[in-house]
Amino acid sequence: MPQGIATSTGDLMRSTFDLELNNVTKAYGDTVAVDSIDHLFSAGTYACLLGPSGCGKSTTLRMIAGHESVTNGTILLNQSDIAHLAPAKRGTAMMFQNYALFPHLSVLDNVAFSLRMKGEDAAVRHARAGEMLDLVAMTAFADRMPDQLSGGQQQRVALARALITNPQVLLLDEPLSALDPFLRIRMRAELKKLQQELGITFIHVTHGQDEALALADEIVVMNDARIEQAGPARSVFDAPKTAFVAQFIGAHNVLSLPEGLFAVRSDALSITDVASARLEARITSIEYQGTHVSLTAALSGDQSVTVALTDKDFFGDPKNTGEAIGLDWKMQDAHPLRA
Amino acid sequence: MTLNRHLTGWLMALPLTAVLAVFLVLPIIMIVVVSFWGATEWSIYPAFQFDNYEFLLTSNVTYRVYFNTLKYAVITWAFTLIIGFTVAYFLAFHVRTLTWQIALFLLCTIPFWTSNIIRMISWIPFLGRNGLANSALMSWGVIDEPLDWLLFSDFSVILAFVHLYTLFMVVPIFNTMMRIDKSLIEAASDAGASAWQTLWHVIVPLTKPGIMIGTIFVVTLVMGDFITVRFMSGSQKANVGRLISNDIALLQYPSASATAVILLITVLMVIGLMLRFVDIRKEL
Repeated sequence: MPQGIATSTGDLMRSTFDLELNNVTKAYGDTVAVDSIDHLFSAGTYACLLGPSGCGKSTTLRMIAGHESVTNGTILLNQSDIAHLAPAKRGTAMMFQNYALFPHLSVLDNVAFSLRMKGEDAAVRHARAGEMLDLVAMTAFADRMPDQLSGGQQQRVALARALITNPQVLLLDEPLSALDPFLRIRMRAELKKLQQELGITFIHVTHGQDEALALADEIVVMNDARIEQAGPARSVFDAPKTAFVAQFIGAHNVLSLPEGLFAVRSDALSITDVASARLEARITSIEYQGTHVSLTAALSGDQSVTVALTDKDFFGDPKNTGEAIGLDWKMQDAHPLRA
Repeated sequence: MTLNRHLTGWLMALPLTAVLAVFLVLPIIMIVVVSFWGATEWSIYPAFQFDNYEFLLTSNVTYRVYFNTLKYAVITWAFTLIIGFTVAYFLAFHVRTLTWQIALFLLCTIPFWTSNIIRMISWIPFLGRNGLANSALMSWGVIDEPLDWLLFSDFSVILAFVHLYTLFMVVPIFNTMMRIDKSLIEAASDAGASAWQTLWHVIVPLTKPGIMIGTIFVVTLVMGDFITVRFMSGSQKANVGRLISNDIALLQYPSASATAVILLITVLMVIGLMLRFVDIRKEL
């Protein structure tokens, strides 16, 4: 349970300080990239900023990191405003989308870079960097150059380099997008494990809802420079509050009923007789997907719905394309949506 | 199929190979051959003797001229590097839009629309005893009488070299800098690096191949030059190029060839030494 994880890391926390965005705005001339958003990231949470490209999620992350100036608003960490501090003075660290490892430095020197900038002795900084490489299981690669590493290995080095500054908040900008699908699933498990071990806040920007659901204690869905909905992963998935969230997070139907707009999960729909049904529909396609079968059906008007039936339910009473069916759902499964 | 592909490859390489063979390799072989010939005051005759080299390598003049040539090369290199790096850095990291980068870059190339010699000679009225520089300095009261070392001196020679060749430093350095991923700069500032630390620990190491290519351009151009030294020093200073041109003027081709061979070997050694320190293959 994501919530359970949040509490357990909460207990391990070294500090009780949270990251708070107040009225944070980023404008480029007349274009508003982030429109006065407010949010509280509890210390020790794994939070995902989720949204389509251009929604402002990366800009938000970069403002927290200090790589983008804040047009308006405050960013509080440790109860002080960090919005105008230099990136390294904020208590945050950033892991870049393409990892941004220094190509002319070995893995060890990449990780030790920030200590070198502080003027630490070679022995001290290499010992510390060695510990960080140990944490991400990259000790054996300490002498390699970045271009001799695979994508997953580069990511681990980038993680070690970001963590060596002892940040309270680690900011990850689409960290998995450069990896192939198999590696992506493995690396996201590693990210989650690392976050639980360290107990610090991770803020992870992604446009993949599956990634967000798998990782996040808290999901912040952004659209069009604003936060659409924020909350624990399960509550966002179970009860989307807007049509955008329902569609973006997937596996939901947005139904326009006389009473208004409702989101109903496709696996909460059941098929009944046409006579006793809430809605009547005609099957337009059937897809077998292993554990379940996905039916697409057209409603009156130009609406269409997707029904996910378990394979047992479907093959117990098979249907054909073109057949008329009735759709039913339990009252509590229909979530009213804000316009 | 494979044979065909090999054949196509060779055919495509043929025109360039032919051009290089006829206009580069053959003349160099000629020069090497002639450098062993003998000469009297009125004739040259085919031979295989080391007289030219013996005379060259035992003469005190040769060493002084080589020292002067290297001095020009090193000083010019230092100035073009500092100016070239600064200009390239400004273009690559401070100019935000690509349009402005291209516009300013083209601006840098405008002097190249006129010939080298004209650009060089235009310094003479500026630097002369009664030139613009001296009269301006005197009217400001900085000096009481004209500075003699402004023209026909090492100063004017090096000034002209720097003026002529700085762009050869700007172009490769700018090219390398444009390939530096901007997120590396952000990563450095995320790690607490100051602007100077970022410059020294990230940008300079990543720009080394460009610096090296620019260095090769400048060093070879300065070491092979003779016309700049002749015009800007008023024929008062010598470098190896002038040694060769004087020999040619006296129709002493064997001696000129021997000097040219030694110069070629020296320049190749300098480049070989530089390439040992920096790998430029990534840039090619």
